[in-house]
Amino acid sequence: MISLTVNGARRTFDGDPDMPLLWYLRDELGLVGTKFGCGQALCGACTIHLGGTAARACVTPVSAAADQEVVTIEGLSPDGNHPVQVAWRDLNVAQCGYCQCGQIMQAASLLKDTPKPDDGQIDEAMSGNICRCGTYPRIRAAIHQAAGQGQGQAGETKGGRL
Amino acid sequence: MIHEAKLMAELASAPEASESGAPILSNLSRRGILGGMGALVLALSVREGRAEEKSEPKKFGADGMPHGWQDDPTIFVAIAADGTVTVTNHRSEMGQGVRTSIALTVADELDADWSKVKVVQAWGDETRFGNQDTDGSRSLRHFFRHFRHTGAAARAMLIQAAAAKWNVPASEITTDKHVLVHAKSGRRIGYGEVAAAAAELPVPARESVRLKDPKAFRYIGKGEIGIIDNRDITTGRAVYGLDVKRDGMLYALVARPPVYGGKVASYDDAETLKVPGVVKVFKIDGGAIPSEFMPLGGVAVVAKNTWAAMKGREALKITWDDGPNANYDTDVFRGELEKAARAPGKVVRTAGDVDGAMAKAKRKVEAEYFVPHLVQAPMEPPAAVAQVKDGACEAWACTQGPQAAHDRLMKALGLPGDKVRVNVTLLGGGFGRKSKPDYVVEAALCSREVGGAPVKLVWTREDDLHHGYYHTISVERLEAGLDEKGMPVAWLHRSVAPTIGSIFAPDPKHELPFELGMGLVNTPFALPNIRLENPEAAAHVRIGWFRSVSNIPHAFAIQSFVAELAHAAGRDPKDYLLDLIGPARRIDPTTIGDVWNHGEDPALYPIDTGRLRRVIETAAKGAGWGRKLAKGRGLGLAGHYSFVTYTAVAAEVEVGPKGEVKVNAVDIAVDCGPQVNPERIRSQMEGAVVMGMGLALTSQMTFKNGRAEQGNFDGFEVVRLDAAPKEVRVHLVPSGTWDGPLGGVGEPGVPPVAPAIANAVFQATGRRVRQLPIRDQLSA
Repeated sequence: MISLTVNGARRTFDGDPDMPLLWYLRDELGLVGTKFGCGQALCGACTIHLGGTAARACVTPVSAAADQEVVTIEGLSPDGNHPVQVAWRDLNVAQCGYCQCGQIMQAASLLKDTPKPDDGQIDEAMSGNICRCGTYPRIRAAIHQAAGQGQGQAGETKGGRL
Repeated sequence: MIHEAKLMAELASAPEASESGAPILSNLSRRGILGGMGALVLALSVREGRAEEKSEPKKFGADGMPHGWQDDPTIFVAIAADGTVTVTNHRSEMGQGVRTSIALTVADELDADWSKVKVVQAWGDETRFGNQDTDGSRSLRHFFRHFRHTGAAARAMLIQAAAAKWNVPASEITTDKHVLVHAKSGRRIGYGEVAAAAAELPVPARESVRLKDPKAFRYIGKGEIGIIDNRDITTGRAVYGLDVKRDGMLYALVARPPVYGGKVASYDDAETLKVPGVVKVFKIDGGAIPSEFMPLGGVAVVAKNTWAAMKGREALKITWDDGPNANYDTDVFRGELEKAARAPGKVVRTAGDVDGAMAKAKRKVEAEYFVPHLVQAPMEPPAAVAQVKDGACEAWACTQGPQAAHDRLMKALGLPGDKVRVNVTLLGGGFGRKSKPDYVVEAALCSREVGGAPVKLVWTREDDLHHGYYHTISVERLEAGLDEKGMPVAWLHRSVAPTIGSIFAPDPKHELPFELGMGLVNTPFALPNIRLENPEAAAHVRIGWFRSVSNIPHAFAIQSFVAELAHAAGRDPKDYLLDLIGPARRIDPTTIGDVWNHGEDPALYPIDTGRLRRVIETAAKGAGWGRKLAKGRGLGLAGHYSFVTYTAVAAEVEVGPKGEVKVNAVDIAVDCGPQVNPERIRSQMEGAVVMGMGLALTSQMTFKNGRAEQGNFDGFEVVRLDAAPKEVRVHLVPSGTWDGPLGGVGEPGVPPVAPAIANAVFQATGRRVRQLPIRDQLSA
């Protein structure tokens, strides 16, 4: 029997301890904001916070999360208004949106450790998260904005705000 | 408009009546190729020459698509008593922003307050909603004017209802952002208060409905509206195909033949059945060539959760009969394509005397360009939930073609149309992959096999890469004879590539009109002697649409070759390209052998070389064309016409000491006619730059022994954030009027990216790249 905390709630799991946290969260708990994209920690769509740090749920067995705190996109902020989420909406970062939960979780983790990242630090932290729609210029700009550094370098990109 | 309660009941209802859809072959689109195989083969034969031999007038645009269009406000607009406006969106959302753009179009004509507008997604029923095949960069192009009408008609009904309530002439009533106003008496009433009465009124005759003066647009063309799904997307509440949950749902994976056309010879599921949670293992028939949109067959594992299904599948022991494509080897096949490109092939356009002019030319330049297979790899792999129970099927799927899915479910399950319903989720990317509903059918077969429990069918990334509908593989050979000034007097282009037609018909060898019309036959250059040929090529994998399709190899080859000719002539590549395009003029595409013209009326959509020139000049200016660059840096340019839109890219690259290519900045200019949602047009261009970079620099699918060699994002490398340009400048070139024709947006940004990068690499290094992806070609 494995005990863990997910978005503040105590949970127990008595299934296959090797089951990746991704499938436990999605199939057992219905927390589908954590996405499946590759299954091999190559794309970052499944990024969650494990013990306060970004981790790939697709390669993290449930057993490795025993007695730890897991935070998913659903639990990132009580009202969905974490500065990263707000910046993502302000700049209309998303296209299809599928990878963006993972991007947001990764960016939130980056800003927690590095409140004012430069472009190099953003590149380093965010390059494990693939966006096939190609929203990278806006992701960079949104991270700068969330860090309180304005819109960064997004070229002529202008997000609609209504 | 419709009562809100009625709308909600319809959305929640069980399988709806829906027509099966007769084969419609006039417009060879992704959906247009459906129907009986006999008729299909006829349609697949490339039509020669001009398109005059017609008994019926040809239909264009939305009229020419299966099931055309609808604009009835009782289908698309509901207003609740609290004023909430619900717009039903019938096109699939995969990141292009269509849910936002169609809703803001309706809302603007309705004079609605955007904060009170929400969107619900239509299920697949083209008889009711009009064409839902979301591809070909068509949604706004085909439906913008119809949805303007929808909003305006709903507004007229509200006005009528208010006129009756106040007992005043309707002509005295105006609207002011969700409020009906009778100025004479000073009375005002909210939309919600008359919504129920308005829903009882007849829909006004189409001719009687007046559209808004575009000067009064609040939302259309402004670019100030955010993505309507923004909050759901950023909080994890957005529901994609992989996220659907039904009570009692099971989970399934399928082990498919590793080679296209292969079959299960035998299998042993003893170990699989020992995996806790595995419920059922069974064989899915399939594997016949052409596969069309139906499953490839294989062995399905159904389990109580995804993980158990994965482990169960891993434990299967399957012996495959690989079939006729067991020897497919892309390195060898490339040689076959090159051989074909070096001999005469089927002529698809000819003018003047190419051979005579070539013989007399001062100088001859020739080059061959190669583009490998690619795979769409949307971040959400194909996924669907289906329940087959009590003689009916309901499915939930991330599909670009819900009607196509509906029709394949009918066929696979032997059910009548009114017993099948396909609900459409958000798509975690599509790029053409999700036009093909094989995975939806697999989900339904699994549900049927387990006795009717809903089943979620999951594709892993390896499944997606190993069993794709791949972008074709191609060799383009160009030859030009130059005069003393270095301008071409003769132009020969041979394009060799397996056709998408091969998934529909047995062994076709030529590109179809829609493939030839993607930047080959409609090459808009002022050339006296030109011949375009399409030698034969066979397909050995499933070939499918990949964002911008055949424009990718055609634009890469042509725009690279033009820069090569400019170099041979000792001229500036931009000036040379503009000279080759020639003066601003309108070319009737049918006069140059383009019988397809993206399904659009050639009178409304001529090829306008002035617009092509303008985007090239705009991108070049944005990039500071002609400026001095540091050593190792280069600026490259390319322009292209696709999906009746004009795009150009100027890319600045930096080539490092080990030959590594970095793209520092990109200027992309687009003229797509009237810009309904400039904000999403910008995002589409930004994304197209990144996707174009990926196929230029790193992405490829290769095959050995019929099997794909790349299985995940370690092998199939796409652009990551650290490689994305620090600057992407999108230039929206204004053109056209609001009642004029619109161009496509989703795809046209992609084709000019790769040749612009290759041309920039040449400027930086003097080395000409003729094969994609560039990868380590510059390291030696």
